[in-house]
Amino acid sequence: MNPSLNNVILQAEQVIAGKPQQIRLALTCLLARGHLLIEDLPGVGKTTLAHVLARTLGLQFQRIQFTSDLLPADILGVSVYQRAGSDATTGKFEFHPGPIFAQMILADEVNRATPKAQSALLEAMEEQQVTIEGTTRVLPAPFFVIATQNPAYQVGTFPLPESQLDRFMMRIRMGYPDAQAERGLLSGTDRREIVARLEPQMESAELLALQQRVKAVFVSSALLDYLQAILRHTREAAHYAHGLSPRAGLALLSASRAWALIDGRDAVLPEDVQTVLPGVVSHRLQAVGERSRLDSDALARELIEAVAIP
Amino acid sequence: MRKSNEAMSKPLLYGLLLSILMVIAPHADHLPPWVSTLCAALLLWRAYLARTGNALPRRWLLILLTVASAGSIAISFRSLFGRDAGVALLILLTTLKFMELRSPRDAAVLLYLACFIIITNFFYSQSIPTALYMLATLFVIIATWIHLHAQTVAFRPRLRIAAILLLQAVPLTLVLFVLFPRVPGPLWGLPQDAFASSGLNDKMSPGDLSRLSLSDAVAFRVSYNGKPPLREQMYWRGPVLWDFDGRTWTPGITLPGAAPQFTGLEQPVDYTVTLEPHNKTWLFALDVPDNISVPAGLTPDFQIVQKEPVNARLRYQAHSHLIYRANLQETRWQIQRALQLPLHFNPRARQLAKEWRANNINDIDVARAALAYFNQKGFLYTLEPPLLGANTVDDFLFNSKRGFCEHYASAFVFLMRAAHIPARVVTGYQGGEYNDVGNYYIVRQSDAHAWAEVWFAGQGWVRIDPTAAVAPSRVKNNLSAALPDNAALPFMARNPPQWALNLRLNWDTLANRWNQWVLGYDTERQFAFLTRLGIESVTWQKMVIGMTIGLGLLVGLFALLMLRHLFARQPDKVQAAWLRLCRKLARAGSPRAAHEGAQDYATRIAATRPDLAEAMRDIAGRYSMLRYGKAQSEPARREFLKRITNFKT
Repeated sequence: MNPSLNNVILQAEQVIAGKPQQIRLALTCLLARGHLLIEDLPGVGKTTLAHVLARTLGLQFQRIQFTSDLLPADILGVSVYQRAGSDATTGKFEFHPGPIFAQMILADEVNRATPKAQSALLEAMEEQQVTIEGTTRVLPAPFFVIATQNPAYQVGTFPLPESQLDRFMMRIRMGYPDAQAERGLLSGTDRREIVARLEPQMESAELLALQQRVKAVFVSSALLDYLQAILRHTREAAHYAHGLSPRAGLALLSASRAWALIDGRDAVLPEDVQTVLPGVVSHRLQAVGERSRLDSDALARELIEAVAIP
Repeated sequence: MRKSNEAMSKPLLYGLLLSILMVIAPHADHLPPWVSTLCAALLLWRAYLARTGNALPRRWLLILLTVASAGSIAISFRSLFGRDAGVALLILLTTLKFMELRSPRDAAVLLYLACFIIITNFFYSQSIPTALYMLATLFVIIATWIHLHAQTVAFRPRLRIAAILLLQAVPLTLVLFVLFPRVPGPLWGLPQDAFASSGLNDKMSPGDLSRLSLSDAVAFRVSYNGKPPLREQMYWRGPVLWDFDGRTWTPGITLPGAAPQFTGLEQPVDYTVTLEPHNKTWLFALDVPDNISVPAGLTPDFQIVQKEPVNARLRYQAHSHLIYRANLQETRWQIQRALQLPLHFNPRARQLAKEWRANNINDIDVARAALAYFNQKGFLYTLEPPLLGANTVDDFLFNSKRGFCEHYASAFVFLMRAAHIPARVVTGYQGGEYNDVGNYYIVRQSDAHAWAEVWFAGQGWVRIDPTAAVAPSRVKNNLSAALPDNAALPFMARNPPQWALNLRLNWDTLANRWNQWVLGYDTERQFAFLTRLGIESVTWQKMVIGMTIGLGLLVGLFALLMLRHLFARQPDKVQAAWLRLCRKLARAGSPRAAHEGAQDYATRIAATRPDLAEAMRDIAGRYSMLRYGKAQSEPARREFLKRITNFKT
């Protein structure tokens, strides 16, 4: 396993105690060039996770707090007229890049903003570039968005529609910390101070190289058989509203590769697929009939158990 | 109240309802209205119960309903057996079965019954649309059947599986169709009244033929081997009518006399007729026939008559000569019959004939005078002639002067007989529509015709068509050419636009092929077809053997294809060895779940059987590397297989 990657995980685990799985999944998402949606209540460490990852990976970090009066220009940036006489560049419009021009974006409470602002972010995520006033500007690489979302039953939110959800590679939950981790949290020093002291463990170039290595992780035909069996099951079984899309299949495959890489292997095992599967499919599958009462994790578990490994 | 069984999901119930509805719907056409109404009411009731989830009716009510239905059928049909009663009983009991549908077993019974009812639909119609509709019905039934057995399969995959099953059945169907030994004669031995008789009758009154000519129904189809004759020569002889009572012509009593004498035969023609069932004994041939490929006799008045009525589609080859002299010597008895006239009727016609007789010495000149009379005295050819009084011939000849072919034939024969020339009425068909798509002629009921035959000494029986004297285009072209444009003709007998004509001819060609090769694929055709395939001296035994071999081969082929799927999934020894290990562990009490990966399995085994932990982790690691890894080395594979073999639980 890559030593700097290991250090990233170790450091992150010090700050966010008791959540090794979430840290690894977030990293998986990053390495597989996907974006991450974290859905949970406020105050369970979503922001801290983003902070820690940005610091340890040495990425430029920007946080956008989504509110109901957020405008697309607040995300993308705006051209401002420079008054004559104040500067050398007189009488011209100058572009002031918005917070989106960073390597890691934390879009906090993305469901609080209006759909217009949401889609400005989501389009940037999809295309890795933004077009403002006719000029196309490329976003930095690596580019990684962690969006957080409060569960939709809170008042005054615009839940992301399913088509937008599909743009996130994974959706995970943080969950409450266990008793031991919580005791550490309560008795230890302030998290913010620890985060501020964290040292970057790798350069952007190294991260980009790791992203390339993910693509090289070997996938055997036996594993592809398994993957296809999963996809086929979601399409043929009667209790899903609709089956997984080919894009979901690709996301499942690259997430499995990234997980295998983090696990220090050069080939994907069925266990890798099963590990990342709940995160990848939970926001893409909808159950109908009596199963619609199941929560998304239970649904993913049911899917894993329904498909035999060939 | 008992609640209806939860195991029957609503979509499955609706599928079953649709299957049954589709399969019994065509029967509504011929069953008594009360049967259809009762079935519809029962199905609606069942759909309502399925929708609301209310309890099914009590058993005593069902028994009461069943007994009442059976009783009503017995009263209404005066029997519980036979085609109509049997079908009605089957349908009613099937819908009643629906009312006690509780377990999947009941649903399976219903689906099998639906398949059986498909067959009963072919008792009534065997046309292409019926067959296609039944195919669609079968598709629905199979899809429902898949639903019954695999409830988790979603709607679209269900339809796909049903379509695949149907497609897989096609080759099997073909083998069975080609090789299944055919029983000579109709398969179901239907009663003779099973077929509505439409077509020529052996009686002719004014108005009979014009009524018949309103029908589009196909009488028969003809394909000529070689050049077809001229249209004016296509006279298809049906019943010959001798006796006239002043209004109606009848065949009278034909004594079994001498066989007809044909001389001076020329212009031979060979052709194949496919006759639609008309429930009468006569067959149609061109004048005059001398050979026919089915057992039938030639009467003294040149009709071809079978012993049994034609109640199934019949195909025969025939050979005729278009130029002939028929019965130069006629028996005295026949001549007498051909001169009989009812007393007292039609005095003016008799008078007219007497005048012609006085003015002409020659019989032929008398006939010419009659034809000239029709031609020149303002006679009209029409489908809607006015009604005639008691003296039909007088009324027609001197008052109305408007008539269809039966009027002309009847009047002409009357005039000839009155002039003491032997004559008789011949009915049949004339002409036909040429189908250039399939290169054959379609003869419809609207081509029904009547003409006269006159016996001249030295010339024998000569055909004279008085209609040709009035409306020559009726004989040369077709009916619509001879009638005014606004005549109420059936659709098929009109001259349609070109596209409609093409469509019609293409469709009829298709229907004809269907008749010839699917419905008409009888013992004879089967033997001919197999002989042409190179099988010598075809016997039933050979066919049964061939059928068994063919079916065996096909089923084997399908099995191979499916097995190949299975083999393709586990071709290597590594996987086989791993599965062997899993079975070994399963016997030891720790089976692997189908979805469980090797690593997870090893971890689980290690937790319960610490003694196996080391070996299991080692084997699982090696297995994962060999099955999912990139580098595959033969030594590693051998080492893995060795460790599996040495593994002891």
